[in-house]
Parts: sequence; structure tokens; C-alpha cells
Amino acid sequence: MISHSHQIPTWVTNNTRVLDLGCGNGDLLAQLVNSHQIDALGLELDPEKIAKCLDQGISVIQQDLNSGLSNFNDQQFDTVIMTQTLQAIRRPDLVMSEMLRVGREAIVTFPNFAYIRNRMQLGLSGHMPVNPQLPNPWYDTPNIHLSTFHDFEELCRTLTIQILDRDTSNLSGKRTWLGKVWPNLFGEVAVYRLTKEA
Amino acid sequence: MTNSVGIVIPELVAFETPLDLERGGSLPRYDLMVESYGTLNANKSNAVLVCHALSGDHHAAGYHEAESDKPGWWDHYIGPGKCIDTDLFFVISLNNLGGCAGSTGPLSINPATGRVYGPDFPEITVRDWVHAQARLADYMGIEIFAAIVGGSLGGMQALQWSITYPDRLAAAVVIAAAPRLTAQNIAFNEVARQAIMRDPNFFDGNYANHDVIPASGLGLARMVGHITYLSDIAMGKKFGRNLPRRDRDADGVNFAVEQYLRYQGQQFSGRFDANTYILMTRALDYFDPTVDGLSTLPDVLKSTICKFLVLSFTTDWRFSPSRSEEIVDALIQAGKQVSYARLESAHGHDAFLLPDAPYERIFKAFMSRIHHDLREVQ
Repeated sequence: MISHSHQIPTWVTNNTRVLDLGCGNGDLLAQLVNSHQIDALGLELDPEKIAKCLDQGISVIQQDLNSGLSNFNDQQFDTVIMTQTLQAIRRPDLVMSEMLRVGREAIVTFPNFAYIRNRMQLGLSGHMPVNPQLPNPWYDTPNIHLSTFHDFEELCRTLTIQILDRDTSNLSGKRTWLGKVWPNLFGEVAVYRLTKEA
Repeated sequence: MTNSVGIVIPELVAFETPLDLERGGSLPRYDLMVESYGTLNANKSNAVLVCHALSGDHHAAGYHEAESDKPGWWDHYIGPGKCIDTDLFFVISLNNLGGCAGSTGPLSINPATGRVYGPDFPEITVRDWVHAQARLADYMGIEIFAAIVGGSLGGMQALQWSITYPDRLAAAVVIAAAPRLTAQNIAFNEVARQAIMRDPNFFDGNYANHDVIPASGLGLARMVGHITYLSDIAMGKKFGRNLPRRDRDADGVNFAVEQYLRYQGQQFSGRFDANTYILMTRALDYFDPTVDGLSTLPDVLKSTICKFLVLSFTTDWRFSPSRSEEIVDALIQAGKQVSYARLESAHGHDAFLLPDAPYERIFKAFMSRIHHDLREVQ
């Protein structure tokens, strides 16, 4: 279980509308409802996770992110969050554009494939990395679009998305000193706050 | 049985104030046949209204005489510890106006003529039902329902409640419904009505005066309807190309599915009134919260206050998931609190009545939270 990055709550404003793409059990939204009195909505595919959202009173829609967000209005949310899901989406670029169409700001986190442990596994052993962050073998993994800090920022430039904040965390959601200094090598999880360039 | 509400006794509630009807005319007085399960709490905040579908009635849970009887139509979902938990909620279920299970309908005596209403019973709409249900709530001293719940045509009533009386419900559960019928839906209903009307025993709806019922037409109507409630997969599993059962009447029947449909048709024509069937299908056809397209669905839903749970079933082709998603999308556009699940099921439209673990898990989670929120308010 990967904990949510500690930065996320500090990037959310009180009493705002927040959409969480791939919200899982709704834990992050429930935390933000408590701490920031947000108006929360989650999108999730798994029926048991949907039930767990409802258990804690989080509104949730069963929806496949690969089919887009066309059922949402432009700028309907203040913040659209997507944690550890970008790499599992068929077209990350389209979803990123959609996030900033329906939301004023976006918060995106994903596993940094250039993290030193992944580099060691690939570079030294010559195998695709399998570790706590990327636990699945290559032939049976939801993580079909792995990327790095560098790759992601290149995509942001292409999509004219402005990076408001960049941070890193480890799998427990904590920032590490090395990750802050040299994110693309020592940042395990990439954490971004984005908006659309005017 | 420990998880049953047990033996229930229906109550006939009389309303002596005239009710003006949406499509013209009025009822000078009317009765509603009502059942309830569970206990109303001291501040009357835990009431749940269950709305029935096309051929349903007030008998939603428990048994009328012995527990060997057939239980109410939604017994799997209403009872102690069940989705609509009667240990937590006070559940009301009624036979709608125009019905044929005890409430005032085409089989009742018209006070103006002293004879059976028959085809002269006024046209009833979903809005009329909602108004009549609101009066029932007044009678029972319930100002705000914890939830209003229904499947199919019942879901449409729950949706209409959220629009007509937004401050009188905390939650609406809309299952296997649609915001309004498509031409194909109306077409199926029209075939059913024509089957009834073309029965020589129909007599323009005055069959009661001739001491007959249009059993053949009503049975045929049910057969058509029944096919649309099942999925191809479910029918294939249940009947395939099996031959009819020998121990039952199999006159001129070639396949098991034919025997089944005939049996369903016969059973139905013995218990249901033909004029009521026509009235109910018309109510379905005319249901349109946008007032015939004068407004949009997100616009009419703007005034709603309650939380929504919308559920659909993958193999339902009568009211397919995309129809439920129209409701969900409109609620999202209107900025309302809505949850939605598209449940995997092989059972077509009928799935809303049948046991299913993920359906029960999600439905129960939502209802438990409604009860939890109730306690926080107190």
C-alpha cells in the first residue's frame, strides 16, 4: 500500500470542489473532507472500492478514465487529483489535458521510473524492475506507461501545462532530502501541482 | 425466518381531499393500500419510501399469511440486516394510485356513477403518484424521508420526488431506471396495450360490465414485457433450446421458453387488471421530468437537495446503463452529490429484484451511511 504524498493536502484549498481520478477506497478524499471541508467526488472502476467509498460517505462514480471525462463541464472543479494512476492509463496525455479542462488545477503523482533502484535493476541485472513500487512482472502489470520526472515535464511543455509545484516522496508519502535535491535519481514518487498556461 | 420482517398486515388509508391530476380531471377521494416494516423513530426521521415498478404493489416484504407464501416482491432487499435494514429504518410501501391491489384504481367504484371506473379512470402520471405519496407521508407525520427508493418505474418516482419535493427527502436511490422512455421503450408498451385492446373480451375497457376479463390479451402483454425484462444470456441459461416439461400443460408448445412465457402470461392475467396495465404503461411513456423537453435534465435537477445513488445493470436492455448514465451525467452537470455503479449482471432488467453480492454491498453501504448521517443530525 502506497501512502498518499504528504504535500497533497497543502495544495488543496478549504471548501473547494475536488475530483479524484482512480480514488480507490476514497481515503484521500475522506481525509480532505475532514481537514478541508471539500466537496468531494471520486471516480473508480472496482465495485468493492466503490462500496468502501460509500462506507465513508464519499460520492463516487463508476467510470473508466480511458473513456475520458466528457461528462464533466469545463472548469467544474477547483482541483483534480490523480495519484499513482497516470502510468496505468492508455493515453496519459489525453487524461492530463482533460484534467485541466474540468479543473483549475491538477495534482498528479506517479512512480518515477528513473528512481535509482529501478535504474540499478534495469542497468545492472538487465531485467525490468520488480520492487515494492512496481510489484508486477512486465507481462502482467497495470503500469503500461512508465515515465520519469524528465519525461513528464517534457509532456507538460508539449501540452502547455504550467508546473506550479514539484515535489517527491517515498512510498510512505514522506519527502526525502536526497529526493528534493535530485528528484529524477532519488525521488521514488513524483508529485506535481499543475495548471493550464493562460 | 430471522432475516424476514415476518407476517405483515396491509392497511387501507382513505384520503377524502380531492386530488387534481396532471393530465386533467381529479379524483374526489381515494384509498391507498399501504404496508410498513420496522419502527418509526421518535423524531420521525428514519422513514424510507419504497416505490414499485409497473406490475408491483404494496407487498414489498414479508408474508401475508404463512411464511410458506410467496414473500413480497423485494423481500431480498428489505428486512432486518438487509440493504433497506428494518432494524434501522421505518419502511413504507404502497400500491400506487390506479393500481389493482387495493388502492383506488380502474376496479374501484366511481362515486359519480356508482359503477366501476373501468376505462373512465383518469390518466395518472408519475407526478400524480408523487403527490399522492406526499399526502400519505403527511398522514403518517413524516416530513422528510431518509430515503426514497425504487427500481425501474419506481426509480422514476424517486427521481421525480427529488424534483417535486426537494426538501422532503435526504436521499434518492434510482435503480435500473431512465430519465424518460425512448421510442423503442414506448413501442414495447404499445404492443402490450394493443394485445389487450384487441382481445375480444376487452369491450373498450368495460369488460367488468360483461363479467369477463381480457385474459388472453393481458397474458400476451405480459409475455412481451417479460422478454424485455430478461437478457439473452439469462434466457439462454435458463431455457436454451430445451424441450417443454412433460408434467405441465404443453399443448402446442415446442420449446421450454414458450411454456414458461405462457405460464407467466396466465399467472399475470389472473392477478392483474387490464385497465391498470394500460394506465401504468401510459404513466411510464409520459414520464419526462424535463416537461416534454421544455427544460433540460440538468436544469430541472438544479433544485434538488438530496444525495443520489444511481445503479444500473450491464445486461439490462430495457433501461440500459447508458440511460442511467444520462441521469448521472445530468446530476454531475447540476453539481449534485451522486454516486453511480454499473453492476455486472446476467439477469437483464430483472436484476434489480434478484440477489447479487456486489449490488447488495453497494446498496447497503449507501443506506448505512444515510442512517449514519441521520444520527449525526440528531
